[in-house]
Amino acid sequence: MQEHIQLNQKEINDISLSPILETPKWWLPAVLITFGFIVTGLAAFFYMVYHGLGVTGLNRPVFWGFFIVNFVFWIGISHAGIMISAILRLTQAEWRRPITRAAEVLTVFSLMAALHTPLFHVGRPWRTYWVFPYDFSRGVWPNVRSPFVWDPSAVGTYLIASTLFVIICLLPDLAIIRDRTTGLRSKIYGILCLGWRGTPRQWKMQTIVGILLSALVLPVFVSVHSIVSWDFAVIAGVEGWHSTIFAPYFIIGAIHSGVSAVATFMVVMMWVWKGNDKILRPDHLDAIGRLLIIVATTWFLFLFLEVAFALFTLERPEIALRELQFFKWPFSGLFILFLLTSYFIPVPMWMFKNVRRSLPLMFISTILVNVGMWLERFLIIVPSLSRKTPFAFDWGSYTPSIVEILIVTETFAFVIFGLLLFSKFFPLIPLFDIKEGMVFRDEIKIGRRTVPASIRE
Amino acid sequence: MANPSWGMVIDNDKCTGCNACVIACQSENNIPINEEDHFTQRRPIQWIRIERYWEGEFPNVKARFIPVLCQHCADAPCEPVCPVYATYHNDQGLNVQVYNRCIGTRFCANGCPYQVRHFNFWEPEWPDSLENQLNPDVTVRTRGIMEKCTFCVQRIQRTKRESEKNNTSIKDGDRQLNPACVNGCATDALVFGDFNNPESKVSKMKKKELGHGGHGDHSDHDGHEEHDEKRGYHLLEEYGTHPSVVYLKKVDYESKTVEKH
Repeated sequence: MQEHIQLNQKEINDISLSPILETPKWWLPAVLITFGFIVTGLAAFFYMVYHGLGVTGLNRPVFWGFFIVNFVFWIGISHAGIMISAILRLTQAEWRRPITRAAEVLTVFSLMAALHTPLFHVGRPWRTYWVFPYDFSRGVWPNVRSPFVWDPSAVGTYLIASTLFVIICLLPDLAIIRDRTTGLRSKIYGILCLGWRGTPRQWKMQTIVGILLSALVLPVFVSVHSIVSWDFAVIAGVEGWHSTIFAPYFIIGAIHSGVSAVATFMVVMMWVWKGNDKILRPDHLDAIGRLLIIVATTWFLFLFLEVAFALFTLERPEIALRELQFFKWPFSGLFILFLLTSYFIPVPMWMFKNVRRSLPLMFISTILVNVGMWLERFLIIVPSLSRKTPFAFDWGSYTPSIVEILIVTETFAFVIFGLLLFSKFFPLIPLFDIKEGMVFRDEIKIGRRTVPASIRE
Repeated sequence: MANPSWGMVIDNDKCTGCNACVIACQSENNIPINEEDHFTQRRPIQWIRIERYWEGEFPNVKARFIPVLCQHCADAPCEPVCPVYATYHNDQGLNVQVYNRCIGTRFCANGCPYQVRHFNFWEPEWPDSLENQLNPDVTVRTRGIMEKCTFCVQRIQRTKRESEKNNTSIKDGDRQLNPACVNGCATDALVFGDFNNPESKVSKMKKKELGHGGHGDHSDHDGHEEHDEKRGYHLLEEYGTHPSVVYLKKVDYESKTVEKH
């Protein structure tokens, strides 16, 4: 079904290590541009801290806006790593190998982006640490009934697990870089690879830790976005939020946007780093495309069910909300855009093999998915709050301010900036993982039969 | 003696929509002046507000008023969602807001179906002429935190302290005890008191109008008829918040139907 990578180990090393050993020309400008956006966003943030949240477009009743939308969005993107590296690893999907690192690193940086978004959101960011379950001499333990206490715990656990996973998988590759550099760099990589010598015992432990981490991280796979969804679902007073389907709905939505983001990132990797297209093949995009069709359709089922459950009771406030969400400008326009971009354009596209194997088309379709998924969170949060109560006197609306837009841009710049820095110092293609896959494919002839040369982990 | 359970009865029939309660509340509780900007930005801070609805077509238009303030719900949706216990229920039936603990997640404001929680989007400012008007008993809130009606807890506490000092009991309907809005109401549409004291005016009104006293018993409420003598109801009681504020329906002699909520 899939073409195998027709490279020897030296070629794989050369291709994967080239971004580290020789810097591409576009790298520094790209880093500076994203850094510029980060600085602008942080400046906007400090302006907001100085003047108060009045500089945003938030108001009563729309107390949550772009920041929370963005928080949920980045948590969603972060589900890519766990889907690709844990679930596909445990199900032994071979095609995952070249993209595991990219997915995990994307996870780490999007989690960091998500974790600092609440800082922007709260009224007194300098007090945010009070939600951590530690008694900061206040004599008050955080309120464990609040999803906002579980959020940092779950996301923090996920971040720690993903970072560990990235480091564990990096060790053999760092040792390779150590051996191919000289002087100070070699020393630094030597320290980072924790004395990796490639002994059988080290390989065994590395494999065990990898499998253990993928298995142990599975509960987090369910918990993180469930807890994020409870930020909304526990609120009985907001019609569009108070739904029992939110936890699975959010999780499958997160996988939809996360896996799409990995596909986007893959295409970018194939474009910008020379030789990567010899390791990342259209086959991998093809596989991801087929996975995405399933994920997207499951997600769409949940979307349909969410609306169906909500309208089933035919309560007037609920109907008023859905009317606003679906039929009133500008939400109607956003809603149509959301449906088209998150499902009705990309999924029919992925049905065709030619599309799944084409870089530009996969790039466009997966970007569209994430535009749609961002809009989905916006359409859940903002219209629901605008029509929060049966008291028509307090209905409102929301327009984001330039400050909010700059800060949201900052998180996107932050993730790109992080990925760029990572690509300079660490290989984005897992060398050992690909070689491991090659070893597993080695076959030896014993008499008339061909058997695998090694036994699977 | 049992702890008091403070509550209020609001007679919509008596409310004229004059906004005196709003002004009284602003001045008692150090609420910054709401200017036109605040309203166009939809960020006014009004611990009590008069919601005004128009009913009917011109020329038969009727203005309907509901004073809405924090309902001090027994099962308040704002309380469980606060990550830092900035809002909790105290032993006197009050839903209290601890300004120093608040980090401004605005989760409680989303939880509140009555929309009586207000966020300080800006640092509060007063014109120079009002600097000396600030009430020393009430904290001035900084930007970035939530605030809401406290039933003028400073007045309750002061009355309690003085009655302990003088060895007297708290008098029902004492103007020292009543929240500013109740004192400011020209038509006695707002009545404040202790629901745990069966002799208090609010308990008697609640018993007469809702058919029972005390918290948590709403069993015989659902069945009442439209033209029943009993006018009591809770605001948005379908959310199961068990509010401490009882509303009395407006008796509309002109139209045959009684306004429904």
